[in-house]
Amino acid sequence: MRNPVAVASDNLYLLLLVVPGLLVAVFYALPVLNVLLLSVTYPQPTADNYRLLFNSASVQSILLVTARICVVTTVLTVLCAYVIAYRVVHAPATEARLLLTAVLIAFWISVLIRAFAWVALLQPNGLVNNALMAMGLIREPLALVRNEVGVVIGMVHYMVPYAVLPLLGAMRGIDPALSAASSSLGASRWQTFYKVFLPLSVPGVAGATILVFILALGFYITPAILGGGKVVMIAEYISLQMTETLRWGVAAMLAVVMLVTVGALIALSSRLPNVSVAKAAS
Amino acid sequence: MQPNVPGPSPSFGLAGVHKTYQGTVALHPTDLHIQAGEYLVLLGPSGSGKTTLLMMLAGFVQPTSGQILRDGVPITGVPAEKRGFGVVFQGYALFPHLSVADNVAFALRVRGMARADVQARVRQTLELMRLGSFADRFPRQLSGGQQQRVALARALAFNPPLLLLDEPMSALDRKLKEDLQAELKEVHQRVGTTFVHITHDQEEAMALADRIAVMQDGRIVQVGAPRELYRQPASRFVAGFLGKSNFIDGTVARVDGNRVGLRIGQARVVATAQGSRGVGQPVTVAVRPENLVIASADGSAPDDHALCGMVVSQLFLGKYISVHVEVPSLGVLVAHVPVDSVLPGAGGQVTLSWDPAHGVVLDA
Repeated sequence: MRNPVAVASDNLYLLLLVVPGLLVAVFYALPVLNVLLLSVTYPQPTADNYRLLFNSASVQSILLVTARICVVTTVLTVLCAYVIAYRVVHAPATEARLLLTAVLIAFWISVLIRAFAWVALLQPNGLVNNALMAMGLIREPLALVRNEVGVVIGMVHYMVPYAVLPLLGAMRGIDPALSAASSSLGASRWQTFYKVFLPLSVPGVAGATILVFILALGFYITPAILGGGKVVMIAEYISLQMTETLRWGVAAMLAVVMLVTVGALIALSSRLPNVSVAKAAS
Repeated sequence: MQPNVPGPSPSFGLAGVHKTYQGTVALHPTDLHIQAGEYLVLLGPSGSGKTTLLMMLAGFVQPTSGQILRDGVPITGVPAEKRGFGVVFQGYALFPHLSVADNVAFALRVRGMARADVQARVRQTLELMRLGSFADRFPRQLSGGQQQRVALARALAFNPPLLLLDEPMSALDRKLKEDLQAELKEVHQRVGTTFVHITHDQEEAMALADRIAVMQDGRIVQVGAPRELYRQPASRFVAGFLGKSNFIDGTVARVDGNRVGLRIGQARVVATAQGSRGVGQPVTVAVRPENLVIASADGSAPDDHALCGMVVSQLFLGKYISVHVEVPSLGVLVAHVPVDSVLPGAGGQVTLSWDPAHGVVLDA
């Protein structure tokens, strides 16, 4: 015999789940599905929007630019983050805390402010160019902004903390005695790094890489500001189609492409041993 | 580095080695000679400085002053990876991403040994440690005892002149420990390498060591063969740490060579002293429980060459009976007697005595 009070409270818990479930379904899932459906129904119910992937030079160029920026950003971000995380793990406690605080402070500053700050630093008469010219290293200002270089700099800066945290998690799990064991067996510091530490940190690297790549795919504000309208990534392009040119079908098609790519990456990461984006993000 | 060439084994030593951490002394200035090919155990409780000493031998910790010697030549500044000593770590520190064979091959590969030689040497080492069938397993697939053998194989694969073992048995259960101790002793005899092993387990130390160095509060307090340390401990600490002892306080009444007559309460007893003792000096006699002789007191003739007491309890422990005897003004003494002994039960009066050779006179 089950306690009738327990049955009643079970039902109450179910009810508590049903309400938010319904809210999500009605006000989020259905509208999103509706918008995505536009990709095969607007302006006509055909697959024309998807044909653009194969025959529109501008769509292909957007995808190529997006892929290139994402790959370069991810590689640079994970490299920087690896160095930072390695130092945090190996530094004395005080230095480690200081480094970690410096990394996390970046989280508190708005992405908008950071993007405009980079414009101020990188523009032709900005601090960086002026300093380089004053030192006599360059004669003409370098083009560091309103191009892919500027976008990559801004995105790497924004995403380093996201990569540091999963890497730190993986590196803290590596027993320091393993490095001591390695040197007792005659390995130099470099051999110890690439034969012991690096292979053991691979799950963290994979997690950080996938996380940063997924985040990079959806970047909107940083490329819009640092690209100065000359470097358009997929998110900004979708927004243009929705609000300026009103080609909703194309926008929905590109949104589907992004969604599928992200879904595929998450599926891939869950198949790799010891890697998951959820774990990396936590 | 040519791992297969046996040369004359070097000896090692510490000369005035001293270590402080931010003003706290971990090891007082220490001299120690490690003979070529011996099995030396550093025995001490935690905080006695034994780990610091081992880590300085390994090259992971630099002494504050003093020298580490190899055949009399200082090697103090040589980093761990250049010393070429094998180390078996507490918890083993096996590489989790490498198979047993690759763990064992690690030291050979970083030395740039040819592939065929590596394979041959790995096979030979795995055979020596009876690990042949585990070559392709990963550390997480092995039991604690198997992991310990892999750690040993990895540290011995490159024929180090010195093998350092940091509490290698601490994670194992008692039964497994005994098996592995026998195995470790056998491996030591077969490879002929000098072993330096640290532990806080006195049974492990006595079972394995050619010589034991007992450490206390950052000092080596006594060095010697296990039998010697057990029979002639130099201090109350050594007598209590290495096996069990009864400590009986008295004063010196008479000195005759190394035989010392003592007054303990009303009783006059005889024990053996290593150094010279003066009449009237307060001392402590250490007597092992198995060396205390119990006799039933008949009550009529008080024997002033024995201590009188009352049986408090008897514990049957299989190999022997542990008898607790309350001696007025001395407290409870423990004697281990054969299981077929006939003794008065709890509350019965008994006398306790010992062979003079079995009573060791120590500083009070």
